[in-house]
Amino acid sequence: MSHRWGMAVDLDRCTGCSACVIACQAENNVPTVGEEAALKGRIMHWIRIERYYEGEFPNVRLRFQPVLCQQCDSAPCEPVCPTYASYHTSEGLNGQVYNRCIGTRYCANACPYTVRTFNFFNPVWHKPLHLQLNPDVSIRQVGVMEKCTFCVQRIKASEIQAEAEGRELREGEPTPACVQTCAPKALVFGDLNDPESEVSRLARSRRGTKLLNELGTQPKITYLQRDSWNEKDR
Amino acid sequence: MKKTAEQVQGDLLRSVLETSWRFPLAVAVLGIFVAAGFSAWIYQIYTGIGVAGLNRPVFWGFYITNFVFWIGISHAGTLISAILRLSNATWRRPITRCAEVITVFALMIGAMFPIIHLGRSWLFYWLAPYPNERGLWPNYRSPLVWDFFAINTYLIGSITFLILPIIPDCALIRDKSAGWRRKVYSILSLGWRGTQRQWHQLETAMGIMTIVIIPVAVSVHTIVSWDFAMTPVPMWHSTIFAPYFVAGAIFSGIAALIIAMVFLRSFLHLEEYLNLQCFDNLGKLLLVMSLLWFYFIFAERLTTWYGNTRSEMDVLWLTQRGSYRGLFWLMVCCNFVFPFPLLAIKKLRTILGTFLASSTIVIGMWIERYLIIVPSLSHKFLPYAWGTYRPTWVEITITVATFCSMALLYILFSKIVPVVSIWELKAGLRR
Repeated sequence: MSHRWGMAVDLDRCTGCSACVIACQAENNVPTVGEEAALKGRIMHWIRIERYYEGEFPNVRLRFQPVLCQQCDSAPCEPVCPTYASYHTSEGLNGQVYNRCIGTRYCANACPYTVRTFNFFNPVWHKPLHLQLNPDVSIRQVGVMEKCTFCVQRIKASEIQAEAEGRELREGEPTPACVQTCAPKALVFGDLNDPESEVSRLARSRRGTKLLNELGTQPKITYLQRDSWNEKDR
Repeated sequence: MKKTAEQVQGDLLRSVLETSWRFPLAVAVLGIFVAAGFSAWIYQIYTGIGVAGLNRPVFWGFYITNFVFWIGISHAGTLISAILRLSNATWRRPITRCAEVITVFALMIGAMFPIIHLGRSWLFYWLAPYPNERGLWPNYRSPLVWDFFAINTYLIGSITFLILPIIPDCALIRDKSAGWRRKVYSILSLGWRGTQRQWHQLETAMGIMTIVIIPVAVSVHTIVSWDFAMTPVPMWHSTIFAPYFVAGAIFSGIAALIIAMVFLRSFLHLEEYLNLQCFDNLGKLLLVMSLLWFYFIFAERLTTWYGNTRSEMDVLWLTQRGSYRGLFWLMVCCNFVFPFPLLAIKKLRTILGTFLASSTIVIGMWIERYLIIVPSLSHKFLPYAWGTYRPTWVEITITVATFCSMALLYILFSKIVPVVSIWELKAGLRR
């Protein structure tokens, strides 16, 4: 049975600790750009924790919303790429082939979630960070677009392992770095083609919404939240 | 006083056969700016595209603005000249070639910008469909690939359209000169003897090209507009974009043509050929396009405002009364408020009047493209990812260099070929 990888993000559980951001950075060899470039808006993180304030002082609530590639089924980034650098894989992922990318940045403009990041310069890893590069993930050169892959290297590794052992993939296998590190278990990853998986169950939840659903991009990430965080409305 | 064919020939050949001190000076000054632009580009390739002011979310900035602007300017020539030829307007005779030259050079410059803008400029040829080791065709669903084909078609078409009526003039120079010039022009004149059969063939070829080039020109700016309209970006995803861009392109194209004509007429002493009648008629055309531009932007803004979609309203207000309001109202003044009286009142529609109007229009249309691209990108759907954009010296240098390279190419061209078609003018005299 083919897989269709998806994620659920429980906003009621998210504490905004940003551990997922760091885990992703370490796992995927995401470069650090330094303070100056970050201020210019050239930060490379594949996940960003959006902060939104709700209510009037003193009744203020702070909401966190981790935004990463939504792995859309009808992804605006894919048809616009002239070189098939962004394309749809058979498992429904929005693949990004770094070697094909010539850096038109068209995909990043088309993406309504603004989750694609661009290598404005060649990446630099200051010591001792150069010792922690993940050998399973290629390093991207200047002028290349990149984004969350759902840790495709881990997905592939799990599939190869399962095939070698002659079995189906088990629940919780594979696990992207962000999901693995999420202490409050706000992030859940799994196969949407398996109706029994936790992510499928959560995707059907009444608390579930899709980000910018009205655009018809059909994201594979479901955000879970109560209607409002306001005390009075609960 | 009507000039004889001999006098016409002498006047128009002078720019080719004689060189004033101003020519090397202009070439040197413009050449320095063009060299500076190329150096900036080489610096950008060497260091990384990050030396431009681009960021997330504003991934497109000055370069794409210049791209749309120059492709727009390229609509000056071929389209105007083709329409005037089709309608058999006699006042077109002195201006068709100046117009067609603008097209070819503006297209060449415009087509450079997607390459300058690439993150990996050295791989630009991956847009072309050729059998390759990657085993891939380009993605035909991508508007950028449509662009690649549209611009190349237009470039080949307009070069043909420019060169065809040059052949008899090259033959004329060949016959009038000796030495190295004779050798060069006998190659350029492609064996033209001026036989009845050759004239017939030339006229047939021109007739075909005149008709073919019009849909090609319309398709080019349509597809440029689709680079934007095909993406779900607020204020980009709009059905009005294709006709709006085509109208804007012709608008800025006529303005560029008038500016070029003013310089040609004073530097090459073509006052009697590029005369008031030409400017008056082009001024009327420009007036129509100015009104059309205003109509389009009004329709675009009104429907967006009435539709009241959240994300589009953010961008709308950002330009109308937000941080881009200065540029927006400057654009409206440059494209409509200022040129409208200059072009509408007959007394003001002089050579100076049309020149002033054209100058503001060219500025206004550049701003228009900037305002289409940057505010939409900086305010997409998720407010947390909003951003701003400031160009760096690299982008500004390259932008200035392209204007200089346009002037440089034009000057060099006018040294090689008479910018007013001699045989077409003579044909006009015979009537």
